Amino acid sequence: MTDLPLTPDDVAEIVAILDGSSYEHLDIRTSRFRLRIARDGTGWTQQWDWSDDDTPVQAETPVAPVAAETGPVIRAPLPGTFYRAPQPGAPPFVEVGDRVEPDTVVAIIETMKLMNPVHAGSSGRITAILADNADMVTRDAVLMRIT
Amino acid sequence: MIRRLFIANRGEIALRIIRTARRLGLTTILGVSEADRDSLPALQAHEIAILGPPPSAQSYLSIDAVIAAARAAAADAVHPGYGFLSENAAFARAVGQAGIIFIGPAVASLEAMGDKLMARAVAVAAGLPVVPGGEAATPEEALRSAEATGYPLLIKAVAGGGGRGMRRVDRATDMPAQIDRAMAEAQAAFGDARIYVERFIARGRHVEVQVLGDGARAIHLGTRDCSIQRRFQKLVEEAPAPGLPDGRRAAIEDAAVRLAKHLGYRGAGTVEFLVDAETFDFFFLEMNARIQVEHPVTEAITGIDLIEQQFLLADGQPLGIAQEMVRPAGHAIEVRINAEDPDADFRPSPGRIARAAWPAGTGLRVDTHIASGGAIPPYYDSLLGKLIAYGPTRAIAVDRLCAALQSLHLDGVATTAPLHRRIVADPRFIAGGVDTRFLEGLAHE
Repeated sequence: MTDLPLTPDDVAEIVAILDGSSYEHLDIRTSRFRLRIARDGTGWTQQWDWSDDDTPVQAETPVAPVAAETGPVIRAPLPGTFYRAPQPGAPPFVEVGDRVEPDTVVAIIETMKLMNPVHAGSSGRITAILADNADMVTRDAVLMRIT
Repeated sequence: MIRRLFIANRGEIALRIIRTARRLGLTTILGVSEADRDSLPALQAHEIAILGPPPSAQSYLSIDAVIAAARAAAADAVHPGYGFLSENAAFARAVGQAGIIFIGPAVASLEAMGDKLMARAVAVAAGLPVVPGGEAATPEEALRSAEATGYPLLIKAVAGGGGRGMRRVDRATDMPAQIDRAMAEAQAAFGDARIYVERFIARGRHVEVQVLGDGARAIHLGTRDCSIQRRFQKLVEEAPAPGLPDGRRAAIEDAAVRLAKHLGYRGAGTVEFLVDAETFDFFFLEMNARIQVEHPVTEAITGIDLIEQQFLLADGQPLGIAQEMVRPAGHAIEVRINAEDPDADFRPSPGRIARAAWPAGTGLRVDTHIASGGAIPPYYDSLLGKLIAYGPTRAIAVDRLCAALQSLHLDGVATTAPLHRRIVADPRFIAGGVDTRFLEGLAHE
């Protein structure tokens, strides 16, 4: 906690000094962070790395992408929360046995506060729904099988 | 006297608040969800408190969780940032009842400005012009109101904000279906189906005024122009608003101060106006009773730290700045770098940033919580950071922004950076004073 991160003004001052020199980059390393200030074309960049930050955040992935799916499937176009109905209490977009066309909306995925429709992508009949309502799904997770 | 500050937010604004709080010698306690415990703001705060699981409803939006954490941390003030609970009157009241200072306006101001129709009525009472239109509790009323207003028009949710719950209707025949959808959406999104109708101004500019008040006095810190938007959400903001005739600018600023005084407003706030790009007629839209995402452009041209002002005013200090002491100089432009794919209808793009090289140099400021290796969880909004370019003139600010965007390298997810490179190279933007349809006319690469 003792080594305060440099403020934007500090960084600007360092760049101003470097800019008048022939140096290409400057690396600053403390117990908490690493900062590289480097020339980039005619400008400069600042790149921060935080030493505590090297433990990867585990993505909550109850539904893993299935690599060896045979036959047509509907995959998640982006990661997020999978919803089968347009709003709580409303009937689901589709049930097993329903016929779908490529542009049929079969689910929504909420990502970053936006509701993104999931389209069937091809014509057929829903044979299985693999994700549960309100599951977190990864990009390309198999959500449904169709025939 | 504020000593222990609880921050009820995340991302770049949490870092921004921590920066000023540290400068003032405050101890910072950051409330985080489980998804954010290793975030950059969490590393920089003195202490962290886990609010709950990742979804906002169980963490950043949970009044009970935030109040309990702030109490447990023995905080004497809570800064709510923007979004989340920042304009929630029930939250502000609960903070006050817990004996903690809410860094924001009085509950009455939050209530008056949180309900868009009440805000409209208050603005009219304060003598501000409003866009022709009116409330519609039922579909029939909405139709009547629409006939009086004329087409095209906007349907807005009374409880809406941040661009959500708005839709444009061009023809009377579309109106019944759109009213049903708007009311259903408003009910789903805000738990309040009420809508209102406003005339749509085709060539409108979004101009807002930063105000500060201490309950008795109020001043303004000049204008910002935020006309470049997608889905009614801002992408580019600049201060001052370019190309406004001086008399008009002064009238808009006066109107904002009049509203702040009428409310007996205490704290930092923003009064938003729709300005006709041809006639410069202006209309009150809404007042945001919190710090804004785009506050750095005002800081850049005035030299005033708005977060510091929020602390002082919430602590009951009188305004330490008189209107004549505010001498804006130069020009500042901010671009929002979002994890969204501008070529795929701004589809969100959560993930991990492999390398984050942000621009640095004279006249540049970067407010971001994203360093190399930084995670962008899918639960929250897509803002990665803000790049602010300042110059003694607008032309210099544009040049610096243009060069800085060339030195911005964010690898790993799609971002709006390529779109901003196109925007700053557009002759209309370089000339200044574009209207809200700017993006529609932007050339694709």
